Amino acid sequence: MVEQSIGKSVLRKEDLRFITGNGRYTGDIDLRGQTYGYFVRSPYAHAVVGEVDTSEAQSMPGVVAVLTGKQVAEDELGGLPCGWMIHSKDGSEMKQPLHPVMAATKVNYAGEPVALVVADSFDEAKNAAEYVSVDYEELPAVVSTAAAQSGPDIYAEAPGNTCYQWELGEKAATDAAIEGAAHVTRYSLTNNRLIPNALEPRAAIADFNRGTEELTLYTTSQNPHLARLILTAFVQIAPEHKLRIIAPDVGGGFGSKIFVYSEETALAWASMKLGVAIKWTAERSESFLADAHGRDHVSEAELAMDEEGNFLALRVKTTANMGAYLSTFASAVPTYLYGTLLAGQYKTPYIYVEVDSVFTNTAPVDAYRGAGRPEATFLVERIVDLAAKELGVDPAELRRKNMIQPADFPYQTPVALEYDIGDYEASLNKALEMADYAGFANRKADSEANGKLRGIGLSCYIEACGLAPSALAGALGAGVGLWESGEVRVNPTGSVTVLTGTHSHGQGHETTFAQLVASRFGISVDDVEVVHGDTGKMDFGLGTYGSRSLSVGGSALSVAADKVVEKGRKIAAHLLEGDVDNIDFEDGEFRLKESNRSKTFQEIAFAAYVPHDYPIEELEPGLAEKAFYDPVNFTYPAGTHICEVEIDPETGVTEITKFTAVDDFGTIINPMIVEGQVHGGVAQGIGQAMFEQCVYDESGQLQTGSFMDYCMPRADDLPNFTVGMTTTVCTHNPVGAKGCGEAGAIGSPPAIINAITDAVGVRDISMPATPEKIWRAIQEQRA
Amino acid sequence: MYDFNYHKPDSIDEAIQLFLGAEDGIYLAGGHTLLPSMKQRLAAPTDVIDLAGIDDLSGIEDVGADLEIGALTAHDEVATSSVVQSGIPALAELASLIGDAQVRNRGTIGGSVSNSDPAADYPAGVLGLGAEIVTNKRTIAADDFFTAMFETALEEGELITKIKFPKPEAAAYIKFPNPASRYATVGVFIARTGSGVRVAITGAAPSVFRSTDMEEALNSEFSVEALEGITLDAGEMNSDLHATAEYRAHLCTVMAKRAVLKLL
Repeated sequence: MVEQSIGKSVLRKEDLRFITGNGRYTGDIDLRGQTYGYFVRSPYAHAVVGEVDTSEAQSMPGVVAVLTGKQVAEDELGGLPCGWMIHSKDGSEMKQPLHPVMAATKVNYAGEPVALVVADSFDEAKNAAEYVSVDYEELPAVVSTAAAQSGPDIYAEAPGNTCYQWELGEKAATDAAIEGAAHVTRYSLTNNRLIPNALEPRAAIADFNRGTEELTLYTTSQNPHLARLILTAFVQIAPEHKLRIIAPDVGGGFGSKIFVYSEETALAWASMKLGVAIKWTAERSESFLADAHGRDHVSEAELAMDEEGNFLALRVKTTANMGAYLSTFASAVPTYLYGTLLAGQYKTPYIYVEVDSVFTNTAPVDAYRGAGRPEATFLVERIVDLAAKELGVDPAELRRKNMIQPADFPYQTPVALEYDIGDYEASLNKALEMADYAGFANRKADSEANGKLRGIGLSCYIEACGLAPSALAGALGAGVGLWESGEVRVNPTGSVTVLTGTHSHGQGHETTFAQLVASRFGISVDDVEVVHGDTGKMDFGLGTYGSRSLSVGGSALSVAADKVVEKGRKIAAHLLEGDVDNIDFEDGEFRLKESNRSKTFQEIAFAAYVPHDYPIEELEPGLAEKAFYDPVNFTYPAGTHICEVEIDPETGVTEITKFTAVDDFGTIINPMIVEGQVHGGVAQGIGQAMFEQCVYDESGQLQTGSFMDYCMPRADDLPNFTVGMTTTVCTHNPVGAKGCGEAGAIGSPPAIINAITDAVGVRDISMPATPEKIWRAIQEQRA
Repeated sequence: MYDFNYHKPDSIDEAIQLFLGAEDGIYLAGGHTLLPSMKQRLAAPTDVIDLAGIDDLSGIEDVGADLEIGALTAHDEVATSSVVQSGIPALAELASLIGDAQVRNRGTIGGSVSNSDPAADYPAGVLGLGAEIVTNKRTIAADDFFTAMFETALEEGELITKIKFPKPEAAAYIKFPNPASRYATVGVFIARTGSGVRVAITGAAPSVFRSTDMEEALNSEFSVEALEGITLDAGEMNSDLHATAEYRAHLCTVMAKRAVLKLL
């Protein structure tokens, strides 16, 4: 009998190849006869593109061709689409200026591709790129999110640089509740713009085979099937059945590798045109310039309360930066992934949110770990904290008082979502205990005796992930449904090959999904192989983002596994000469009730493929089943994060002395992997709260274009994390899982800023809370 | 990188000949400043003259009143040397704070000093200790060496061969690192020498400098209180995304006090 592994910290199968240098990333793949691509990028944030002279570049050594945005336009390639239609309050559709694969007549952000040099080597391509002569006529750049609507129009079709003006909630009731409230807390805030910086920069290889007319595209994608659909249906690169997209090992995505970008699209088009394989790997500078950036909101919020501190209403106005073009998911991030989370863990009866999304001459902005939910959580958990300070109430108690209680579920929020289950007080209490919240006053006194400031801050977050019920998503404007596919193929000798439409680029699915299936069948985790990332191998799937893989993809596998067991019982019934209703399957064995007769999983598998003694009249041979699972709701991980800081007032340098995260992710398959996700998410949240900031100057030049200036958190900046779990099993998927990939980045930033403002005794410090900002706040406080 | 001619001479004379004969030559020491610049195509020398083939340019020697450190001695060697740790421990500590382990394994003292990066650590040590920079043709006093941002008194082709550090009575280096680059936002090196206190500050201004205000105060009374109320003029100081001039001026005093505290 094989020990069941659900809930066990099985070491990750994928790590062997990753830590021994045997991973196979796109950059590791070399095709015979491949050429190399290098992009010519606009140095200006906003300019008219006049003549593009490629003659000198074309004559340089090793150059195969130089293709321009003008040629893309001549070939009538479609633009890069945004997959989520948002309607404005007045019913009009969002403005979608053409997002060309490469710029033909105008450039709208510094770094936008204008031409592609294809050469026999990377260096030759890069050298030739410098000799592509582009006639730019510079235009004034619109850079500031807050001021975008009053700047010159970037696109004639988007007056006031406004993409849409969206709303959610009940305006009249919210306005009335605020009008009559005993207390209103107001908060103006910015959610700082971030650059994802996955460890592996983006890369692609496009390989067009003139003989078969098939295009194979290797790309660092989180969702190869979705990329294929977009490239065929919208950009019209090739027919879908002639396009194979392979996302091999991918070194981190965090959202930035969801989108279909100019580079792989241009490469695909060029490869077909030239009949050669072309390889492109981004240099890190290109990652800074041209990967989709994250966050970038400016908001005003008001929280109304009665005399007892019960929340009455929340009103929010947000301006969200889309950048120069709508990237693939961009429109949904500050709307259906943001506004819908403004209830938080609370029973606030009336909520109204308006979001104006604007265009600026900066890189496109799209989903980045958390995608909309960090922005919502930061706003809610900061304003609640400010309210507590204004009312003179303990921040934990104000939250507790307003929390949705277990008996209230399913709980319909005023912002569309219905939470299925949760126990927010359980995580709060556990976090308070693990963080020794009660002992804070003593620790603060000790710090003060040493001339240091000390503060503690909470965040009681909830998030919505496990995207998404297809019909609901469609009704809200999504261009695709968000179900997931899973296939379980039992091999004749009883090992199992699992095919999933999700993609693992750091999440450890090869281990988690193996555990899920192995446990179901009572076989060893080593006997289950998980395959992902190749449109030529598995059914269409929607990929990995939005913490959906286990809850949606794992559910598909669970359903498929159930079908396997069902079929196995029929085969066993035949072999054991019994009725299928009397066949139990447990611990890897099919047993005839009230007998000592059984067959192992392996014996049944073999029988299915060698059907000599087999119910062939009623049952087809083989033992392989698939499922397409459409979730009935989002899932709602939630928890409490508590951050404690000690600050050196002479310098503003802040140490996180303790970070406690207590999360409810539903069923846990592999605690070590989940804890790793929490660590990584919290590290990114600390990065946003204290270190990272993407800065453009007034002419749209990226000032933070390298690690010298864009400050990434390092291991020595971080504390050892204190991680705990509480569990309320997801009510609506077979795995009972809620997803855990983004929660760390969602819950942590407000806890950190709450702690820092608590330590300094100021109302607000903007993110990133750098030493100088903190030092200045201390000076002002003392003045 | 652009194409370049690579040379690896085995003598100083040959190195200098190659340099002077090149259209646009540059010496390569540890490479951690030069190679990234070349990869980003910000530097495009026609000839790269790798000094690694020249013997006798690295090594640490205690010659009594001074420590002599060869120009091509790596930071890690200085940081972990028992000779430096007993002779001028503050210098070993300074070296240990440079960059990260990979940088320290390759970066050299000669490379750092001749580059005169406003945020580098070694210039504070060199100036703070009143060292002598020995080149292929002369000896230059530290006070005369660092002239402007990324500029030194070295003439075209002139090569540092070693640096002579007089052993102080005591010294300390306190660095406030830039959280992104880990270069010095402000780095203060204080040495108590036979001829008085020297206070050298890197990171704050376009070039490393001595604070005569702080030296005067500490010469009267070597105490933390003596520095109370001294604020350096932010007017000439560096200001960027990471730290304004005003903050740097403030940090100079804070770090100087911490250096003094370390010496008490």
